Parts: sequence; structure tokens; C-alpha cells
Amino acid sequence: MNAMKDIHSFLCSPAESTHRHGPHDRIVMSSRVRLARNLREFAFPGWARKPERVKVLEMILPAVSALPEMADSFAEAMDNLSALDKQLLVERHLISREHAAKSVGSGLVVNRGETFSVMINEEDHLRMQALRPGFQTREAWQAIDQLDTALEKKLNFAFDNELGYLTACPTNLGTGIRVSAMLHLPGLVLSEQINPIIQSVNKLGLAVRGLYGEGTEALGNVFQVSNQMTLGESETVIVERLEKVLAQIIEHEENARQTLMEKKPKVVFNHIGRAYGILANAHSISSKETMNLLSFLRLGVDMDLFPGTERSLVDELFLITQPAHLQKQVSDKLSAEERDLIRADMVRDRLKNVSRPVVKPSSGTAN
Amino acid sequence: MQCCVCKEKQATVHLTQIVGDKMQKLDLCEDCAKAKGVNDPTSFAMADLMLGLGASQELESAGAGVELKCPRCGFSQADFKKSGRLGCPECYRTFAEGLSGLLKTMHKGTRHVGKAPEALRQTRDNSDRLRTLQKKLSKAIEEENYESAAALRDEIKLLGGAVAKAR
Repeated sequence: MNAMKDIHSFLCSPAESTHRHGPHDRIVMSSRVRLARNLREFAFPGWARKPERVKVLEMILPAVSALPEMADSFAEAMDNLSALDKQLLVERHLISREHAAKSVGSGLVVNRGETFSVMINEEDHLRMQALRPGFQTREAWQAIDQLDTALEKKLNFAFDNELGYLTACPTNLGTGIRVSAMLHLPGLVLSEQINPIIQSVNKLGLAVRGLYGEGTEALGNVFQVSNQMTLGESETVIVERLEKVLAQIIEHEENARQTLMEKKPKVVFNHIGRAYGILANAHSISSKETMNLLSFLRLGVDMDLFPGTERSLVDELFLITQPAHLQKQVSDKLSAEERDLIRADMVRDRLKNVSRPVVKPSSGTAN
Repeated sequence: MQCCVCKEKQATVHLTQIVGDKMQKLDLCEDCAKAKGVNDPTSFAMADLMLGLGASQELESAGAGVELKCPRCGFSQADFKKSGRLGCPECYRTFAEGLSGLLKTMHKGTRHVGKAPEALRQTRDNSDRLRTLQKKLSKAIEEENYESAAALRDEIKLLGGAVAKAR
């Protein structure tokens, strides 16, 4: 463990991480599967006292770091990370907001390439996740299943024949699995179909959350869909059900985009044009407004309104304009107002070679 | 309006909770509201907020008036009510009775199907087999097929010993 190791230089550059492609990545930005595990002999992190948590961390951290998948990894105790580094990890979706609030007795192991991230002493002793770009929930499950199997040879997991893997919260009991996908759904938002879709997804026992998980808002038309029930069904069944639902949401989003272009092209052009206008010309802009406008820019790229512009340009901006990423690039001593100025400069600069959206005259004159 | 808990006194505290597309309404009298911790938001049962209204009560009613405490980690029902989390793996045994009702409402089933640590897989397969054998035995007895019942009983005894040892 090297306390001096810098997480920012370890992580992939934003350009690198947004150039990775996966199936259906127009709509499914990323897929992840996490497993919750606990050690049989110790109290759960929320109830354990500090010495016990530290002991658990000291057992798990080396065991995880020694896995072949984690051969080249960043392993650190949370108290050795600055608040800014933690925020950076949240923005990369490598740790939860809850984990960012942890300090002594909690830790993190991330591999190079950011395909695996293991949180130690979050709500459970172990929260390990596999991340994949695009729609790859099955691949993510297979990857984390392997990691878990390798780890169970070294650690004694709390498991009960009736109840499965025992977790701090009964809601994660059994498989301890959470399968989720991050979806960009501007079509469903613009066509006002998102709420009925969320409701029907909820009825299937799946949760829909905002960009950063539980209790967060859907900034930039990005939604996370995940399973809620973990007991009474196998991991494969849970993964397959989510896959089916995701496939349907993808179809609805595609249809919504097509219908909007046929019936209300002006509404679409208006949103994309305004988003471009503000982003390409603003001199001060908040992170929230940036995300919401970038969503429409992304939609414009998907709809070929910006010929020659790659989606990754938008995705990279989405990442680097977030508060911690921005501070890491410039300075961490900036006020929010100063950040808004720098953010606007950054966006204008990146968009200087992007021409304004091409409005297709063939799209009709309706609405 | 009557209090929906004691069904005696006048309800003066009205709670509405929306979970997904379901709305739950609770009308409580002063005393029941206090008992549920509704008057003091700081002590409001997190368990109820997170796991649905009545979760903490479910766990409590199982203790039949005596407050259960986990013998291994000292975690109590009151702690569960506060946090909505358990203290240690052993708590699942301590609070098993109260939890079973809770798990039913929360999950697809109350029995784990899916991955198990390799080392324990054998034991689990054995318990599964034990369960099947026990069902067969009851059926054999019911059908007065005493010959196969005796054979089944022997097999169960043998397997039961192996399962108990593994635990």
C-alpha cells in the first residue's frame, strides 16, 4: 500500500475511458454487477467498532490486491484519500457516495482499466463490482462471479444454507447481487413517456434511480435501472430478467426518438439547437446545466445532426466538467463561481470545431 | 377517525408514505404515534422508512415482549429499528422469527437459490437432499408403506448427521 500513489494519475484519462465502446452504447452507457459479501466472524461495518473494522480491512485489502484480476491496481485506505479524490471516484462511479463519506477502517481496490472496483467496509465488508461499457450485464456478472469465486478461497464468507450470503441490510440478502445499467433516455423524457415507463419498471420489482444511485436526481436524462430483490431467485434469473427489461427500454427509447423526429421535429431541433447555442457560447455555466444540455448534444450526435462529431467528445465533456474532475485539472482552490467560468471556457474550447446542428429539411414541417 | 394501531383512540397524526406507485396511509393516535417514534423525527424508525412501515414492529412482535439481543454482537431490536441494518451474520439467527415475515414481503422467496461458496456447496446439496427425503418419508408413512419408510429413515439419519457436522 502506497499512500503517496495518486488516484488521479492511476485512473484512465477521461478521453480514454469515454472511448470504450460496448453494444447499444447509444442508449446503455454502462453495465455493472455488484456483489455484497461479509466475513463470517465479524460484525457488519455499521455496527463494528473501529478496531474491528481496521482488522477486517487489513484482512481483505491484501486478499483482494493479490487476485490476478487486480494485479495492477490502486489499493488504499479511505483515510488516505482526500475529499476531492473521493469525489472524483464517485464521479467515475467507482465508489458510492456512502463510501466516499467513510474514513478509518474502510478501503478501496480498483484495477487499471477500471473494470473492477472493490469497496471494503462500505455497508458490507465487501462490495465488489464489475463494470463494462454498453449493454453487457451478462459479461459483468460472469466477471464478478469469477472474482468472487477466487476470493472465497481466501476469505470465509458469511453464508447460510437457507438465507444465502448474509448482508448488513436484509434487502441484499441471498445472492447479494445488484445488476444495473446506466441509461441515456432523452427520447422518453422529451416525449413524456418516462414516468409511465418508470412506473411499469417499478412494478416488475426493479428500481429506477438517478445518475449517482439511491436518492439522486436524473441529471442529463441519465437513469439507472437495477434489481431490488435478491433472495429466492438465482443470479442468472435476476440478470436475465433485467436484460429483458433493458431490451424493452432500449426499444421504447429508439421508438420515442423516431416518433419525435416524425411528429415533432421542431421540438427536437429546438432542444438540440438551444443546447448547442448555450454550450458553445456560454461564459459561465453550472455543472448541472452542463449535464442537462450535454444530454441533448449527445442526442444530436446520435441523430446525425453533428456530422463528424463523435459521441465520445460529449461523453468526455460530461465527465471532465463535473466538479471534482474540473478541480483536479485546474485547481482545488476554486470557488463554485470560478469553476463555472472555467467550465464554460472548457466547453467552448472543445466545441469550437463543432458546427451548429444540421437541420434536415426532409423532416417535414409539422409542429 | 380511529387510530389504525390501537383501534380505540382518536387519530391525530396522519402519515402518508409513497413507495413506487403505492400509497400507504397511517392514522395514529398520540400514544401510538409516540410508540412508533413518529413525534420525534430523530428517533423515527429508519427500519420502517427503508423497509416499509411496520417492519420494526414485525421484528418486535416476534420477541413476545422480551427484547432480543444478539448473543454474539449485542445488537438489539431497538438498534434494528434505528438503523434498518443488522449487527452481524449471527443476528440472522437471533432475529430469525421476526425477519422471516419481513423477508417474505421484501423478496421473491425466503430461501436462497443461486451461488454458494464451493466449500459449502456439498452441505447445501445434502440439505436439499434431506428435504426431499423427508417429503418422501411423510408420503411413505401416509401411504402406510413402512418398508420404504424404514429405508428412508435410515438414509435421513445418515445424511442428517453429515449436515449437522458441517454446520
